[in-house]
Amino acid sequence: MRHLPIPEEEYMLPGHTACLGCGATLVMRYLLKALGKNTILSIPACCWAVIPGVYPRRALEVPLLYTAFEVTGAAISGIKEALNAMGKEDVNVVGFAGDGGTADIGIQALSGAVERGHDVFYIMYDNEAYMNTGIQRSGSTPMGAWTTTTPGGKKRMYKWEPKKNMAEIMVAHKIPYVATATIAYPEDFIKKLKKAKEIKGPKFFQVFSPCPTGWRVPPNKSVEVSKMAVLSKAFPLYEVEHGKYRITVKPKKFVPMKDYLKMQGRFRHLTEEEIERIQEEVDRNWEELLLKEKITQGETHEI
Amino acid sequence: MAKMILTGNESAAWGARLSKPKVVAAYPITPQTSIIEKIAEFIANGEMDARYIRVESEHSAMAACIAAENTGVRTFTATSAHGLTLMHEMLIWASGARLPIVMSVVNRAMAPPWSVWTDQLDSVAQRDTGWMQIYSENNQEVLDSIIMAYRVGEKHNILLPTMIMEDAFILSHTAEAVDVPEQKLVDDFVGEFEPAFKLDPQDPGGFGSLIMPEGPYMEFRYKMALAMDEARKEIRKVTEEFAEVFGRKYPGLVEEYRTEDADAIMVVMGTIASTAKDVIDALREKGKKVGLARIRYFRPFPYEELREIVKKADMLGIVDRSYTFGYGAALYTETKGALYGHTDKPIKNYVVGLGGRDITPDVLVKIFDNMLKIAKDGVVDREIEWVGLHGDERWS
Repeated sequence: MRHLPIPEEEYMLPGHTACLGCGATLVMRYLLKALGKNTILSIPACCWAVIPGVYPRRALEVPLLYTAFEVTGAAISGIKEALNAMGKEDVNVVGFAGDGGTADIGIQALSGAVERGHDVFYIMYDNEAYMNTGIQRSGSTPMGAWTTTTPGGKKRMYKWEPKKNMAEIMVAHKIPYVATATIAYPEDFIKKLKKAKEIKGPKFFQVFSPCPTGWRVPPNKSVEVSKMAVLSKAFPLYEVEHGKYRITVKPKKFVPMKDYLKMQGRFRHLTEEEIERIQEEVDRNWEELLLKEKITQGETHEI
Repeated sequence: MAKMILTGNESAAWGARLSKPKVVAAYPITPQTSIIEKIAEFIANGEMDARYIRVESEHSAMAACIAAENTGVRTFTATSAHGLTLMHEMLIWASGARLPIVMSVVNRAMAPPWSVWTDQLDSVAQRDTGWMQIYSENNQEVLDSIIMAYRVGEKHNILLPTMIMEDAFILSHTAEAVDVPEQKLVDDFVGEFEPAFKLDPQDPGGFGSLIMPEGPYMEFRYKMALAMDEARKEIRKVTEEFAEVFGRKYPGLVEEYRTEDADAIMVVMGTIASTAKDVIDALREKGKKVGLARIRYFRPFPYEELREIVKKADMLGIVDRSYTFGYGAALYTETKGALYGHTDKPIKNYVVGLGGRDITPDVLVKIFDNMLKIAKDGVVDREIEWVGLHGDERWS
């Protein structure tokens, strides 16, 4: 039998309050399996502010500082520096925030925190919209998506702007480790977390985290849609270690974007031409990523 | 004890240094900046042992202090005006989380139009955040109040944060002789930080989780209200203890100056009090019986003291260096609220010195004369009066 590198320990307990099929619960579960008990979490306003349960219950076995929407970066800075002042440098300090709390309202505090170089983890669980408030567009919502603030209507007012690329924004901060991950590839996610644990400084993860409720996908399709995102190039899995790109999952055969989009009600309105445009966009992004990998792995002379 | 020539901001930095916070989160804003610059200097020279987080905003400064204090260490920060109002959300978070953070605030006017000069709206607008508020009269009080604020706030029956105000430039950038206490005395007085709770992987608790209407949200707030009431007693006690150790006696929540047998008493916060004391001495020479009540603590509000003070005169003149648009300035409405049912003496609101406009002895003489007339007639001419507006002949 093949050994899976997923630790058996559980720090996320049954009894959470997430929706059926919530990808973000698996993100947390794998995160804690990889980092272990010696971890302090800070979570701002987001689905995960609710998922642990209502006071006094809490489905997590690590300490947790809930905080305001836009301050995750500042909160983990404060926790880490307090621990340093107390001589407890070995505790993993983790900010765990949604895409709105990361790419939009929290981007300033995050940018400040990683620029200052605190030895912290920041996990952006990316469900591609403000899901806790009921599916509103965020900067991380992908092109073409329906949300309640991009409801279509007669004017076809959907989210037409490209998805804000948080991983690249973090790479631009010259931090030691940036990675993307998703729940359909837990080994890949956990391997990256364990690697990051050995790296001092800010570590940023953008974790693709399907939201069946908001994406109009059946709850039992979360993992599948997550896998399709990787196979269609919608969400490539890679890491950037000290500026060096490495694509960690290179599918032998890609699936058309159309197949990925068709799985989700939030894209049902798209025309063939629009799907074609989105296909071109992800193809271009993938080529760009391949090029970055090539350049930063020291093969610049070849291009 | 060393005598030093310090500005208000240097006094604040010394107050912080002596209290030994372990984390300082800092963001510059005029006229506060020299506080965090001085602290940076102390840390850079190894004279202060603290982690210094150069945050990217005041909002993050308060958020970082909250997180650090919740992790189990003493914290300090400083701000002014727009920085303070940007923090507003996190101020409420800090007190709700029962974290006795201490912060220096240099009172500066809010834009528009841009003004860096003194005006108390910035901190008065934080009245309802659950922070204790001290308004200083001089640089010595700035330093001493920081030390006392840690001692009061960190008591486990209080656990509330405190902001200590200085008027912009009048204190922040004006140097005067200040006694800087010996470190050993402050160490003994403030003591080690003993958190009532903290983030700890060995004892994994959650702080600030979701709570339903039937949960104890209201009870948490009631406990804060009780703590704020308890703080009144604690402040009186700690100022006594401070006097025993350091030889300087502060008057608890309110300072009274020549209030005995007064016909009219001015109620004020901040540095206007210093000018007023001189003016009172001069007017007393001329047989005009005026006095002063300087509110040190705006939160908790000294309603008991004011109910005693009002008995001593025929009227109160409430002088505010900010305005609450809609009805009267904050100190006025608070005082009136505290005195309702306890007096039928006339009370008048004077709005002065907004945006740093100078409050000269002449201005105060005119206000006292107006107060004495009201005391004599028993009738308030105008309930709320803006003093010294351009073109207003009453005050020119």
